[in-house]
Amino acid sequence: MASRRSDTKRRGDGDKYSVLLPTYNERENLPLIVWLLVKYFGESGYDYEIIVIDDGSPDGTLQVAEQLQKIYGEDKIVLRPRAQKLGLGTAYIHGIKHAKGNFIIIMDADLSHHPKFIPEFIKKQKEGGYDLVSGTRYKGDGGVYGWDLRRKLIRYLREDVYFPLLFSLCGLSSLWNSVNDTLLHIISDSLTLPFSHSRGANFITQVLLRPGASDLTGSFRLYKKEVLERLVEKCVSKGYVFQMEMIVRARQLGYTIGEVPISFVDRVYGESKLGGNEIVSFLKGLLTLFATT
Amino acid sequence: MTKLLQWLLGVSILGVAWGIVTFDILDLRLPHVYKEVAWPMPVYLLVVFGCYSLATVGYRVATFNDCEEAAKELQAQIQEAKDDLKRKGLKM
Ligand SMILES: Nc1nc2c(ncn2[C@@H]2O[C@H](COP(=O)(O)OP(=O)(O)OP(=O)(O)O)[C@@H](O)[C@H]2O)c(=O)[nH]1
Ligand SMILES: [Mg+2]
Repeated sequence: MASRRSDTKRRGDGDKYSVLLPTYNERENLPLIVWLLVKYFGESGYDYEIIVIDDGSPDGTLQVAEQLQKIYGEDKIVLRPRAQKLGLGTAYIHGIKHAKGNFIIIMDADLSHHPKFIPEFIKKQKEGGYDLVSGTRYKGDGGVYGWDLRRKLIRYLREDVYFPLLFSLCGLSSLWNSVNDTLLHIISDSLTLPFSHSRGANFITQVLLRPGASDLTGSFRLYKKEVLERLVEKCVSKGYVFQMEMIVRARQLGYTIGEVPISFVDRVYGESKLGGNEIVSFLKGLLTLFATT
Repeated sequence: MTKLLQWLLGVSILGVAWGIVTFDILDLRLPHVYKEVAWPMPVYLLVVFGCYSLATVGYRVATFNDCEEAAKELQAQIQEAKDDLKRKGLKM
């Protein structure tokens, strides 16, 4: 305990990190992710709070969260529940409103995002003064675990085919301005980093939009609070596309982005919201866009 | 013009061009080889496109990094967490 306290002192630079945990039916995962967060924040000595935004989960996630609050204290575990399932995007907005930190960390509560990377995010942010730091599964030691072939395929279609098409069709046209710049980048990238962008990375989007980040749909990120507020205000899309729009807009607004390789271990407990009808909705979305844009 | 119309237009222009050469609709008296090459062209293109797509998707899916270590570490930590939380009085 004593060493922890001196650690806190050592890190007493006034920065506070608010972790936003949106949950929907994460009864089994929530205690584990909170335990891990407490462990790694405790070890690294940064000041933090965990904000749980539960959307009226029928499995009793909120009751578990209340128990955790008793165990770890109200200053560490903050509960900001909502009565019904209103979606991830608005969950973040709701959470930010109550965040006391000057930095916000967004992550999934399903254990696919491991808290051990947070100290690395923070270090990276401090090193480069970045406006946001994004975890990437596509660089360095990054990767995934637990995806069977079918899921890899669905993910691939979603992130490498569907999203890029969506974005290029919808035409974030202002991003087209820097075409020359883009070509230069592509050439130098392909000379120096032949594989970093091809490993499941969102190739078309990378080429068209140059968002400056290799993992567009991953949602494990650290933001300066005011940057996140500004981005959330600007973003129009919902669901999975939201994460991607955030990073594309971040680049558009001239924010600096740092990257940290992360391993992504697929959820062990609970329901995945990624079902077989993903392909159907992918095709539907594509056709709708074709017909309307 | 929607993307759908653009595509339809593009496809029909190509289709017409293909029809003209293959069935010699305009009576252009093109050399016979043109026809030989032209008529199976849609099939060739389809096959090439299919192969390309399969190869790209296959390659990227196959080269996704698998993090066995991370999964093992997590499993161990989950156990540790459960024990510790039980001790602290959490009822799951
Ligand atoms: N508050 C709130 N949280 C949500 C909602 N939908 C999903 N979540 C949470 O958001 C995080 C990410 O959702 P996931 O279902 O894991 O989505 P994913 O990671 O894209 O897909 P899989 O992990 O493959 O299922 C999890 O912590 C969920 O509990 C929602 O409507 N409201
Ligand atoms: Mg998940």
